[in-house]
Amino acid sequence: MFDAWGRASGAQVNYQSVGSGAGIEQLTKKTVDFGASDAIMTDDQEKAAGAPVVHLPVTLGAVSVGYNVPGVTNLNLDADALSGIYLGTIKAWNDPKIAAINADVKLPNTPIAVVYRSDGSGTSYIFTNYLSAVSPDWKSKVGAGTSVKWPVGIGGKGSEGVAGQVSQTPGSIGYFELAYAKQNNITSVNLKNAAGKFVPPSVAGATQAAAGAATNMPADGKAIIVNAPGDQSYPIAGFSWILSYQDLDANKGKALIDLFTYTTTEGQQFSEDLFYAPLPAGVQKVDSAIISSLTIAGKPQ
Amino acid sequence: MGVFGALTLVGIICLIVGSMIAESAGAINAFGLQFITGPDWDPIKRTFGALPFMYGTIVSSGLGLLIATPVSIGVAIFAVEMAPPWLGNAISIVVELLAAIPSVLLGLWGIFVLVPFMQRTVEPWFVDRFPGVPLFEGPPYGVGLATAGIILAIMVTPTIVAISRDVMLAVPISQREAMLALGATDWEATAKAVLPYCRSGLLGAIVLGLGRAVGETMAVTMVIGNRSEISASLFHPSYTMASVIANEFAEATFDLYVSALVELGLVLFLVTVAMNALARVLVWSTARSSQQLGAL
Repeated sequence: MFDAWGRASGAQVNYQSVGSGAGIEQLTKKTVDFGASDAIMTDDQEKAAGAPVVHLPVTLGAVSVGYNVPGVTNLNLDADALSGIYLGTIKAWNDPKIAAINADVKLPNTPIAVVYRSDGSGTSYIFTNYLSAVSPDWKSKVGAGTSVKWPVGIGGKGSEGVAGQVSQTPGSIGYFELAYAKQNNITSVNLKNAAGKFVPPSVAGATQAAAGAATNMPADGKAIIVNAPGDQSYPIAGFSWILSYQDLDANKGKALIDLFTYTTTEGQQFSEDLFYAPLPAGVQKVDSAIISSLTIAGKPQ
Repeated sequence: MGVFGALTLVGIICLIVGSMIAESAGAINAFGLQFITGPDWDPIKRTFGALPFMYGTIVSSGLGLLIATPVSIGVAIFAVEMAPPWLGNAISIVVELLAAIPSVLLGLWGIFVLVPFMQRTVEPWFVDRFPGVPLFEGPPYGVGLATAGIILAIMVTPTIVAISRDVMLAVPISQREAMLALGATDWEATAKAVLPYCRSGLLGAIVLGLGRAVGETMAVTMVIGNRSEISASLFHPSYTMASVIANEFAEATFDLYVSALVELGLVLFLVTVAMNALARVLVWSTARSSQQLGAL
């Protein structure tokens, strides 16, 4: 997408994928013009940045919960079951809480091998935010963040590590971005959303979740959209944000504004091929308001 | 030129240590000695205790050495004492090739070959044969302390073999010949003349291998399960100091977190330095005693 904009506008974007934490750090040190993150900046980070920073939602993704139970091709889970599994209170696949929502599936009596991300990650951020939102137990015992103290399970390094562990270990369950589930042929769980329907993870489900939350979208773009309302919404979805100082550099300001506008409008066409979801109209409106509020060298556009 | 080079090197090391101490000041002030004895590493609740990582590092390295030492010294004995010279050289070349394999590659081999093997064959076998023994209990994940120990054994073998071989070659031939002249068999000559002679050198090789095992990061983090928990079983996942730093540093979102990770690095550094110093002293004392006895 940066390539396409570059060719159209003549400017060049140099983008490095280093992880949300490092991106925020570089923005604060002003070694980069803009950063990107899957996690909202904490108060500490915003204070360290010095000047106001805007969060511009530019894409969103679904976090799928993949599993490997031989013989089971269709599995439903709800908030209770998933949080129980990750808290360690539900230990075997044929636990009554899981069996109750899977009436026509034969569940084996094997122990559940839980897999999580050992490295700090935006995917963990979205996943733990979901668990905190639906389980008061999880919220008090563990909490939400890019790195938490997981009650049970083993850690895989990177989404590819978790996906690899799940595809190799019978009886395991793990979470990763939708793209990894598709690429590794791992079956994903149908998760019960706020409207009570069991939905599989999908690009459309993520867009529905954002549309559902767009009605109450805060003007500063910092919205967590887990467990969003809507019949087709997928419950574990989250935005990725571009982070930029409110006041832009005199030389690059115009190009940056052009880039941000492109990213949130025409640039959205590239999302689906990469298993990311395009922004719904409501969010694009909030985006254009945020972009209009940016100033160049102190002066409004 | 040489002096300049040496001074630069020392300067760089001092800079590294100095900046590590400066960066970890926050965590040192906040936790003190609790850092090493605390069992909880919780970024959300902001408590950082490194005990599980020290346990994981010590046990996985210890296990690695337990497996590697007899194998490596056996290979060295064979290469020096028993094999014809061309075979001895060939063996040491092959073993050194093992050292050339990048750590990440070994980790990938671990994930795709060793872990399934452990999970499907080795771990169930142990759990069946020794039911109820705390050392071998737990669901067969495949990843865990045992697997990490095996990978570390593979990684330190070349180090121990290379040094043991050098140390054994340094034994004066008069020692062997004297033993044989007294009527000893070949094996007795090796076991009673050569090995005791280079005992401290061999110990030095082992300690150097331990130093390498303690710092090994990528291969270990891919097969150890990355779980900060102390458990008696070898088949349970664990966590080493180096792995935790590699995993969490990029996303350490607040100052105390970064500081705690740097302090962890400092602890690791001090442990490695101590081991290397010990190894040097031992190897050096072998060289000295061989000079003294040679003079007799």
